Amino acid sequence: MIMAENSRVVAKAFAKAAIAAALLLAPAMVLAQPAPAAVAANAPAAAADVPAATPAAPVAAVSADKQAVTPAADAYVPMKPTPGKGQPTAGAYGFQDQYSPTGKEALLMHNALLMPVITAVSLLVLGLLMYVVARFNRRANPVASKTSHNTMIEVVWTLLPVLILVVIAVPSIRLLAHQYKAPAKGAVTVKVTGYQWYWGYGYPDNGGFEVISNILSDDDAIKRGEMPQLAADNRMVVPAGEDIRIQTTGSDVIHSFSVPSLWFKLDAIPGRINERVMHIDEPGVYYGQCSELCGVRHGYMPIVVEALPRPKFEAWVKAQGGTVGAPAAAAKTAAASGTTAKPAA
Amino acid sequence: MASIPADHETFDAHHDAHDHKPAFFARWFMSTNHKDIGTMYLIFAIFAGVIGGAVSGIMRAELMHPGIQYLGAVASFLGEKNPSFDQQLHLWNVLITAHGLIMVFFMVMPALIGGFGNWFVPIMIGAPDMAFPRMNNISFWLTVAGFLSLMFSAFVPGGVGNGAGTGWTVYAPLSTSGSVGPAVDFAIFSLHLAGAGSILGAVNFITTIFNMRAPGMTLHRMPLFVWSVLVTAFLLLLALPVLAAAITMLITDRNFHTTFFDPAGGGDPVLYQHLFWFFGHPEVYIMILPGFGIISQIISTFSKKPVFGYLGMAYAMVAIGVVGFIVWAHHMYTTGLDVDTKMYFTAATMVIAVPTGIKIFSWIATMWGGSIEFKSPMVWAIGFIFLFTVGGVTGVVLANGGIDDNLQDTYYVVAHFHYVLSLGAVTSLFAGFFYWFPKMSGRWHSEFLSHVQFYIFFVGVNLIFFPMHFLGTQGMPRRIPNYAPVYEHWNEVATIGYMVMSVSMVVFFINIGYALMFGRKAEGNYWGEGATTLEWTLSSPPPFHQFETLPVIDAAATH
Repeated sequence: MIMAENSRVVAKAFAKAAIAAALLLAPAMVLAQPAPAAVAANAPAAAADVPAATPAAPVAAVSADKQAVTPAADAYVPMKPTPGKGQPTAGAYGFQDQYSPTGKEALLMHNALLMPVITAVSLLVLGLLMYVVARFNRRANPVASKTSHNTMIEVVWTLLPVLILVVIAVPSIRLLAHQYKAPAKGAVTVKVTGYQWYWGYGYPDNGGFEVISNILSDDDAIKRGEMPQLAADNRMVVPAGEDIRIQTTGSDVIHSFSVPSLWFKLDAIPGRINERVMHIDEPGVYYGQCSELCGVRHGYMPIVVEALPRPKFEAWVKAQGGTVGAPAAAAKTAAASGTTAKPAA
Repeated sequence: MASIPADHETFDAHHDAHDHKPAFFARWFMSTNHKDIGTMYLIFAIFAGVIGGAVSGIMRAELMHPGIQYLGAVASFLGEKNPSFDQQLHLWNVLITAHGLIMVFFMVMPALIGGFGNWFVPIMIGAPDMAFPRMNNISFWLTVAGFLSLMFSAFVPGGVGNGAGTGWTVYAPLSTSGSVGPAVDFAIFSLHLAGAGSILGAVNFITTIFNMRAPGMTLHRMPLFVWSVLVTAFLLLLALPVLAAAITMLITDRNFHTTFFDPAGGGDPVLYQHLFWFFGHPEVYIMILPGFGIISQIISTFSKKPVFGYLGMAYAMVAIGVVGFIVWAHHMYTTGLDVDTKMYFTAATMVIAVPTGIKIFSWIATMWGGSIEFKSPMVWAIGFIFLFTVGGVTGVVLANGGIDDNLQDTYYVVAHFHYVLSLGAVTSLFAGFFYWFPKMSGRWHSEFLSHVQFYIFFVGVNLIFFPMHFLGTQGMPRRIPNYAPVYEHWNEVATIGYMVMSVSMVVFFINIGYALMFGRKAEGNYWGEGATTLEWTLSSPPPFHQFETLPVIDAAATH
């Protein structure tokens, strides 16, 4: 009977999965059609800018050595982090505040559903144990009963957990579907490469330059008003308030690109490209650390994401020797088609 | 056997004095006696546990405050002259790897399956010994050889420093192109040896349980501990060959230019993870199921009641074993699985909570209406139920693929699996130890010290591991020797917890020493009316060969 219940749960999950898959496929199909046009529009512009962009890459790569090569004398100044935003808090109990739509959804699911359920279950077991210990010890109950079966109660404690799990599974599956939403068309692409032991942030749509990001020494981090172990010389700068297509890969061993305040973690695996949409609601600095054991300096690969308003982001891209023209235009048209696609997902 | 008494008599010269034991070397190094082998497994597990525990002590000391404080000194102690910063960090990775491998393969498994399994499965089913006594001996010594290989790996080059720094999961490509030097080869070989030992042990248990039950001991009359070892043996038999295949491919990738896990040659690093966790998830049930069995025996004994819902309990373990094979990729939610795969593994993983819930509630129902005596094994068992529940519910949180994105590889996961293993499996080990120690040794431990140890241990381990949930939700990654100062508070609490816990271990060893030197003699059934399984019909310690005349189990016998 347990097996029957189990298989019913599995069947339910499969049905959910099928529905979710169908929902996911719908926008993908919508996007598939206009895509060639966008690629065509981007291609010439990108090609034209390649000569200008190529010198930027080696310059950035040199900085891999240790200290930051100050970016070209443009307006970009690394943003000061806000306490309690995008970074851990001393002595805190819960999750970091969330700054992405799926992050907020996940946090709500955890705080409003999972936490109450697991707390209640733990307290129920604790309470039952305490009651049993108090009521059925040798002094209070000298003669043990011989009861060893009660079909009714066994059915109840099999079915009740099944019901609770179904209640958890529904929002859980929905959350997964949202996390796997395809990025809006024209979303900025950032190719995140994990190296032993630093990060590279490539911008293939913006001239193909790559920013190399190394850990700052504890002293330098404190000087810049950042947390030791979490600060990096160069940041992954992205636009706020729009979809970003994050692609991760590893150049040597497996790393993992993780930003807790955006509920984002994706392994960077050699020979593979993983892709997931990231959406940061507001400008700010968001910290993370490499989250897959990658060798000696695994603990010394911080991730710093700086989200800027679109114009400032574009200024930063130009300062890196990158381009913004065509992808930005594409982004605007994409925004229109993207909104029509959204309701389906 | 009863049909050939004449042959038996001529064959066995010691028939009259059947408790005559072989001389020291023959008895302990060429042993074919399940109780002696069980004892050796237990001594070995305690020895390995001390080393694994000491390693975690170094780790907790280093993590008490931000910065690198002790790794240099430890590296020097292990023979590294003037260790560089990178060598110190490498040592950290060696420590976490050693802690994981030792505790899983050389402490919990040998103690639960090799130790208690060997000792009590044959007795509980009314058999004179295991089906393959010589194979039993090989299983043990293969495990010892595996341990030596792992220890040896710590003293040969494994990258910038000595030792294998790959984590216990040995993920490619960090374990292949990412670690030069023979250390990783020796670490992998140690898994081959321990794995081979476990497979032979599993074959032995399955054969013993299926073929050597005493007359009347049907499958549905077997004590739940025997059921738990039976299910565990099947898990071992089916899971370990997959691990062996995966790590053999690691060896050939490392040494013979194959590219199973190297994308440059068409291989795939994620394939290794699928193979590893296809073994690795059943492995976590291998570590906890025998604990479930022990707890069932203890709860029933001290409540003076038969186990509530015996069949449900037995088949819940079977269900956990079966479902345990189809949930492996929940260890890999962030590797880039597609959305449908993640949805499937989310749903399948949550299903495991159902049979686990059945077990928890059935234990409580066994106590319900009982006349509970709070001897030390019972206190440990009640502690087990609560701690395992706490570890279990965080497992339900982690089962959600979408939630796990933020918790994968953080201290939340460390907290979760230590609640089910360090606080679950290890608590069941101590429960079983105090339940059976007088039976095995013939001498009483101090019940007072066992209780004292429990309360200190309980406070200590909760102090270590509960704050790790907070570190994890705040985003602190696993496997890092240094951290941002914001994480200091809870790390400090955890290290203080470790100190408390280590006091409880001192109490434990004092207790063993006391029992062996001064312990009063234990009678056959020292727990009284609640203890109904066959080991309580024998003397303490049992004769060197028991049940030369097979016992007959009648229908009235309870579980």
